[in-house]
Amino acid sequence: MFSYYLKLAYLSCKRTWGMTLLMVCAIGLGIGASMTTITVNYLMSANPIPHKSEQLFFVQMDSWEPNNPYNDDGDAPEQLTYRDATYLWQAQKATRQSIQTGMAAVIEPADKEVLPFMVQGRANSADFFPMFDVPFLYGSGWDHQADLKKERVIVINAELNERLFGGKDSTGQTLRMAGEDYKITGVIDRWNPKPRFYDISTGAFNDVEEVFVPFSLITEQKLGRSGNTNCWKPTDSGFQAFLDSECIWVQLWVELPTAQDKEAYFSFMNAYAKEQNQYGRFARTDNNKLRDVMQWLEYAEVVSDDASMMMAMSLMFLLVCLLNTVGLLLAKFLGKASEIGVRQALGASRNDLFIQHLIESGCIGLAGGLLGLVLAILGLEAIKLMYGDWIRDLAQLDFTLVAMAIGLAIASALLAGLYPTWRACQVQPSVQLKSQ
Amino acid sequence: MSAFFTQLELGPMFRALMRNKIGALLIALQIALTLTIMVNAIFMMQQRSEQMARASGLDEANTFYLSNTVFAQNYNLKTALQQDLQRIRETPGVVDATQINAIPLSGGGWSMSLQTKAGDDIEGTGTAVYMVDEHGINAMGLELIAGENFQNSDIGWREEGSTQWPPKAIITKALAETMFEGDWKNAVGKTVYIDNHQPVQVIGIIKALQAPWNGWNGVERSMLVPQQLDSKGSRFFIRTEPGRRDELMPVIEKMLAESDRGRIIRNVTSMEQTRDESYREHQATNTILLTVIIVLTLITGFGIIGLAMFSINRRTRQIGTRRALGASQWQVMRYFMLENLLISTAGVVLGAAGAVGLNIWLVSTFSMTPLSPVLLVIGVIALLIVGQLAVSYPALVASKISPATATRGRA
Repeated sequence: MFSYYLKLAYLSCKRTWGMTLLMVCAIGLGIGASMTTITVNYLMSANPIPHKSEQLFFVQMDSWEPNNPYNDDGDAPEQLTYRDATYLWQAQKATRQSIQTGMAAVIEPADKEVLPFMVQGRANSADFFPMFDVPFLYGSGWDHQADLKKERVIVINAELNERLFGGKDSTGQTLRMAGEDYKITGVIDRWNPKPRFYDISTGAFNDVEEVFVPFSLITEQKLGRSGNTNCWKPTDSGFQAFLDSECIWVQLWVELPTAQDKEAYFSFMNAYAKEQNQYGRFARTDNNKLRDVMQWLEYAEVVSDDASMMMAMSLMFLLVCLLNTVGLLLAKFLGKASEIGVRQALGASRNDLFIQHLIESGCIGLAGGLLGLVLAILGLEAIKLMYGDWIRDLAQLDFTLVAMAIGLAIASALLAGLYPTWRACQVQPSVQLKSQ
Repeated sequence: MSAFFTQLELGPMFRALMRNKIGALLIALQIALTLTIMVNAIFMMQQRSEQMARASGLDEANTFYLSNTVFAQNYNLKTALQQDLQRIRETPGVVDATQINAIPLSGGGWSMSLQTKAGDDIEGTGTAVYMVDEHGINAMGLELIAGENFQNSDIGWREEGSTQWPPKAIITKALAETMFEGDWKNAVGKTVYIDNHQPVQVIGIIKALQAPWNGWNGVERSMLVPQQLDSKGSRFFIRTEPGRRDELMPVIEKMLAESDRGRIIRNVTSMEQTRDESYREHQATNTILLTVIIVLTLITGFGIIGLAMFSINRRTRQIGTRRALGASQWQVMRYFMLENLLISTAGVVLGAAGAVGLNIWLVSTFSMTPLSPVLLVIGVIALLIVGQLAVSYPALVASKISPATATRGRA
C-alpha cells in the first residue's frame, strides 16, 4: 500500500509541478535559514567540558569601588586583583585551583634561519592541565613545586611543536622565549574547546593558546601580559605597586567535586571578604560569586545577541514558509476533489485517503528537508566567509544537526499537511461525481 | 458613497472571501509575519549602517600602522624609537609618522576617566587615551579646530608601569562637549583631572577621533597626551601622500625589519582594513538580514500567486459567466486586484501590530532602541505594492478567460 501511495504522490506532484516546486522551495528555504542559525546558536551554547562542567567553578569577588558597582546589574567583577587571587590560590582550599592570565612573548627558534615570531600564551598554575582535562601528545604539565619555585618550564601546543621540532617528542628540550630559556615539559594534543570557557574575556571563541607557562613567572616582568586590566583606584608607579593595587586582571578557577565542597569554599571566600573588609576593602562583602561552567557562560552571555536575534528571525521565517505551504497544499488537495470523490466511490476509506495525503505531504517535506540541508551547508559556508576565522568551529553541521534538519522538515511538512488533508477527506463523493 | 462601493463589488467580494476563509486567512497571516520580520530587520540594518557611517576623524584612505616588538636584550629603546621615526618620516611619499599606544577601531586600547574637579568620589567622563608626539595630529590626519598642537618640548617618556600623566592634553570636540555642557570652545585652557587627582590642561580641541571600541557609547570621546612609550612593544602610525599607501606599506616594513634584527615588525595594517575588520560582524549581519528580507518577500509573493492561480482555476466557470453577462476584462482583473488588496490590508494591520510587538521584545531583550513609525508606514506600503504586483499576473490570466467558458463543461 505504501508504495502505491508513493506512486500516487509522485503522480500528483508531477501534475501540479509548479506548486510542488514552490512548496519544496519554501520548506527548503525555511529549513535552510533556521538550521543555519540554529547550528551557530547550538554550538555557541554548547557545553565545552560536559563530564565535569558542574564541578568547575569560576571565582568572582567584589573588590571594586565602594560607591560604584563594577557591573550595571551590581554583579561582582569578572576578574580578581593579584593579591586576592594569589591568596586564594595559595590557600589551596579546593581540590584543584588554577590562577591565570593571558600573556604574549617572542620565541627565538634555535635554528637561526627561522625568524623570531610572536606567540599568544597563558600563564597558569599547574592544576590547569588536570583540571580542564587537557590532552597531552607528549609529556605532561608541571607540578605545584614548579609554580612555587618559579621554574622556567613550558607546555606548547601540537602546531608549535610541528613548527619548531617537526612534530617529534620535544619534551626535555629548551625553548628560547622572551630572552630566557624554558624547558619543555609537555606537548598538548589537539584541544580547542568552544566556547574557550576558561577565559572568555578576550573573545569566547578564540583558539587555545600556543604556549603555557607558570603564572608565578609573571612577577619576573619578562613576559608581556595580555588581556584586560581594569583599575579604579589611583596607583603608584612601578610593578610592585601594580601587583599590590586594586587593579583586576587575574582569573581563578577551582574544582569542587561535591556540593559540600562548594559550600565550604564559598564560606571560605566570604570569610576572606569579611576579613579584608576590616582593612577597608571589599565594601560589598556578600557580593561574591561561585558559578559553574554553564552558569558562568550563560551569565557572561557568550551567545551573541546577533546570533539569538537571527535565530528568532529565521524561525519566524520558517513559520511564513509553513503558512505558505499550508495554503498551497490546501489549494492542491482541494483541486483534486474530483479524484478524491472517485477514489471514495471506488471504496477508499477516509483513513486510506488521510494516509495517502499525509504521505504526499511527507514526501514534499522530505524533499524540502534535503534542499534545506544543502542550503544550510551553503549558508554556513557563507557565514564562515562573512564573519571570518573565529566562527569556523561554530559553523559545522554534525550528525545531530543533520538529523534535526530532516526531522524538522518532515515534521513541519506533516504539520502543514494536517489541515489540508483533513479538508480533502471531507469531500463528499456524491457532489463530486455529480459535477463530472 | 454606497454606490461607489457597490460598483467596486465589495459586498460580493467579501461574501466570496468568507466561503474560502482559510485561504484568505493564510495569505493575510503570511503578509502579517512578513511585515513583522521585514520592518524589524530593516530597522536593525539601519542601526548598523548608521554606526558604520560615523567618521573616525582619521585620514583613513592614506594611513596605516605596524607593531614593533623588541625581543633583543640590552636594547636602547629610546634611541631606536627616535631613529625609526626619523627614518620613516624621511621616506619619500610619507607625510608624517608617530608612535602610538593604540589604534582607533581596532578593539584594544587604553581608557581613563576625566573629571572637572579633583577628588576621589567625583563622577568622571570615560575617554580613550592616545599617546603621541607633536607629529600625532598630522600623522593621523586629524583636524585641530581650537587651541594648539603639542610642542616638541611637551613630549615626555612614559616608563613601563608608570602612572604619571603629562600636564597637557588635546581632546575631541565630543569629549569637550560632554565635560563642559556642550560649550566645547570654552574647554581650551581649562584644567581637568585624570586618575582622580592629576591636573591636565586642555590645550587644543580636535574635530573628531574615535576610540578603539566601536561598540562603546562614548566612542567619540578621545584624548591625545604628549608621551612616548619606553616599551618593548609599540606601534607606529604612518600617513602617506594620497594614493601611495599600498606601495609604501611593504617598503617601510622591509626598511624597519632590515635595519635592526633585534625586533619583529608585524601587523602591518591599513586603517581601511581595520575598519572592515572592526565592522565585519555588522556587515555580515546586514547582508544576512537583507537576504532574509528579499527571500521572504519572494516567498510571500509566490505564495500569493500560487493561491490566486488556484482560486481562479476553481472559479473559471463563474468568471466566464460574469464575462458572458457583460463584465469587461478590466472589471474581472479589478475584482482580483481588489480582493488581494482587501486581504493584504487585513494582513498589514495585523503585521503592524506584530512588528511593534516584536520590536518591544527586541528592545527589552537586546537593549535596542524603539522602531520609527515612518519605517512601519513604508513597510506597509511596500507590502501592499508587493501584493498587488504578485496578484496582477493571475488577475491578468483571469481577465483573459473567454466568456464561452461559461457554456462549456467543467474545466
